[in-house]
Amino acid sequence: MTAAAPDKSPATRAPGIPYILKKALISAAVALVLFSLMIGIRTEAGPTGQLIYWTRFGELFSLVAAVFGGSIVIELARQWLGPPGTRQLIPSSVQSGLAFAGQFAAPALLIFALLVPVIFYNQRYILDLSILVLTYVMLGWGLNVVVGLAGLLDLGYVAFYAVGAYSYALLATSFGWSFWVCLPLAGILASLWGVMLGFPVLRLRGDYLAIVTLAFGEIIRLVIINWASLTGGPNGVSGIPRPTLFGIPLTPGEDGLAAKLGIPFSPTHRIVFLFYIILALALLTNWVTIRLRRLPIGRAWEALREDEVACRALGINTTTTKLTAFATGAMFGGFAGAFFATRQGFISPESFTFQESALVLAIVVLGGMGSQLGVALAAIAMIGGFELFRGLEQYRMLVFGVAMVLLMIWRPRGLIGHRAPTVYLKQAQAISSDLVKEGHG
Amino acid sequence: MSEPIPDTILAVDHLSMRFGGIVAVNDLSFVAGTRQITALIGPNGAGKTTVFNCITGFYKPTGGRLRLTREGAAEIALERLNDFRISKQAKVARTFQNIRLFPGMTALENLMVAQHNALMLASGFTFLGLIGVPSYRAAEKRAIDLSKFWLQRIGLLDRADDAAGNLPYGDQRRLEIARAMCTEPALLCLDEPAAGLNARESASLSELLLSIRNEQGTSILLIEHDMSVVMEISDHVVVMDYGVKIAEGSPQHVRDDPKVIAAYLGADEEEAIAVMESGT
Repeated sequence: MTAAAPDKSPATRAPGIPYILKKALISAAVALVLFSLMIGIRTEAGPTGQLIYWTRFGELFSLVAAVFGGSIVIELARQWLGPPGTRQLIPSSVQSGLAFAGQFAAPALLIFALLVPVIFYNQRYILDLSILVLTYVMLGWGLNVVVGLAGLLDLGYVAFYAVGAYSYALLATSFGWSFWVCLPLAGILASLWGVMLGFPVLRLRGDYLAIVTLAFGEIIRLVIINWASLTGGPNGVSGIPRPTLFGIPLTPGEDGLAAKLGIPFSPTHRIVFLFYIILALALLTNWVTIRLRRLPIGRAWEALREDEVACRALGINTTTTKLTAFATGAMFGGFAGAFFATRQGFISPESFTFQESALVLAIVVLGGMGSQLGVALAAIAMIGGFELFRGLEQYRMLVFGVAMVLLMIWRPRGLIGHRAPTVYLKQAQAISSDLVKEGHG
Repeated sequence: MSEPIPDTILAVDHLSMRFGGIVAVNDLSFVAGTRQITALIGPNGAGKTTVFNCITGFYKPTGGRLRLTREGAAEIALERLNDFRISKQAKVARTFQNIRLFPGMTALENLMVAQHNALMLASGFTFLGLIGVPSYRAAEKRAIDLSKFWLQRIGLLDRADDAAGNLPYGDQRRLEIARAMCTEPALLCLDEPAAGLNARESASLSELLLSIRNEQGTSILLIEHDMSVVMEISDHVVVMDYGVKIAEGSPQHVRDDPKVIAAYLGADEEEAIAVMESGT
């Protein structure tokens, strides 16, 4: 009976038991090689510093057996489901329903964001978390200009965040300038650094551009660490002034806002105030980016991502176009940095490591390059996800990594993969992500 | 017209282009007439596209001069301008042998990108556009109207909101020409516009190019292998082989030139010499 079984089903779908067993054996062999050192042998430093090790063959073999069994299950499931792409996993009615809901996602998210301090007024933890999420939403939107629109891979975005933070911190602590004066200055200084980064990397593409921007991020961090006379070096800058509401500080004192309004002072007022500042800054970033996309400069950015040679043939100055993309992205990074400094009250180089750049880039890629809503959703998922899995301690990054890999398999072009046209005659049709280029430098 | 229209829009004067030891173009001279269609033909590898890349600033010529004389403008030395300035200042537009549209942008957006420089000025280098001044809105509307005009001309008005990458091949070819025309060029350089088109599409392309010359008054420089197109629309034909000019003249004259026949049929050396001697 077993020999006859494969003949009954189509030959393409049932490769037979020997094939499945062979595949499972290969997977198990790979797992054995990989795990023999990672799981099979455990090493530790002994009490006198010598190396002690012991073996864990039981765990090793149970893992290899799990891989063997899992491989068979996956192969059987694949046969049962048929080749990929032949069936729609989600019925079309559900998909159209999702598309309908998608139209209201952005306004609903905005209304929810506006109401967060009202709903969660007594939950300090959630308020703090929302401020953090919004900071990353803003950073994501800023980087989206460079990576998503202009297609320039920037691995050193944290440098502009740092420039913005230190600009505000140093201007405020040295000259006593207020947050609202320093905020535009921080943005301008960061965008100047964006142009400075832009110049040397104009001729670079792809991997080379990524490496130079990565190095730039590290250079800024190392300069901050080593220029101790200005930046305080590894000790950072402390005592950074808090933002005021038109000059009225949010303090418990006589001239504080609470006293003037005649309401009892609460430290939550300041948190709510900070929340609305970052919300306003993030929405400003979003508004400007949406406007810029519809202006010639934004179209030139996207054209640059699609085909740089064609841009040159059409008389577009690719040098200034790239520089404006870097400068604009950097400016938003600088704003976010200034906000970060005023929220923390203390900054040090530790806050501006490569990990931050990677996180912001992951948000942009995960959200769907170029999509504003996608980036916002990705920031919520990433930063919120980090907090959600905080209880899992050491497994947090593992779970997170697996989730990202699965999401990228499921939606390789990010959560929102399609592109909305910037101008239309009759009807704006979403453009499939298959056609949109990622840019190559 | 108060000013006289110059006879030649482009004068290629002793142009040479070497890549290391390889001489792609050797001492090539020809002129392209104003409001005329000049075809540059020759077998594969003759150096036609290299000439194009020199004219449009993608290569810096090793030697020679390229002079562009536009109506009501001073003579421009193209070999001194580089990449985007050729299109911006000298008003030379080009298309590519392998289509280079912006596939992820709609047909309309492709044409809007082509009007970048005019719109940039109108948007006050973004700052005025950001706050939405009325003059920018008017300029944008004019740009959309110009795009619509060209979409109408190439018969793609219905597909204006479709992604360029989704259009059929022939439509993409025409869209690329329309995009080049949206830069309002004085000289339009087309690199094999009929490649991959069927007979009907080739015929409509010929019609489009003739109407561009007659109605817009744009001079056209054309590389083409499709002889039916070349013979039908060209005013002047330049034939290249191995980087040098081997013949030049009216389509009829070139068609009967034995050197051209030898180059195209790939006659062997003695035969070619015999043909050349009999020709001269």
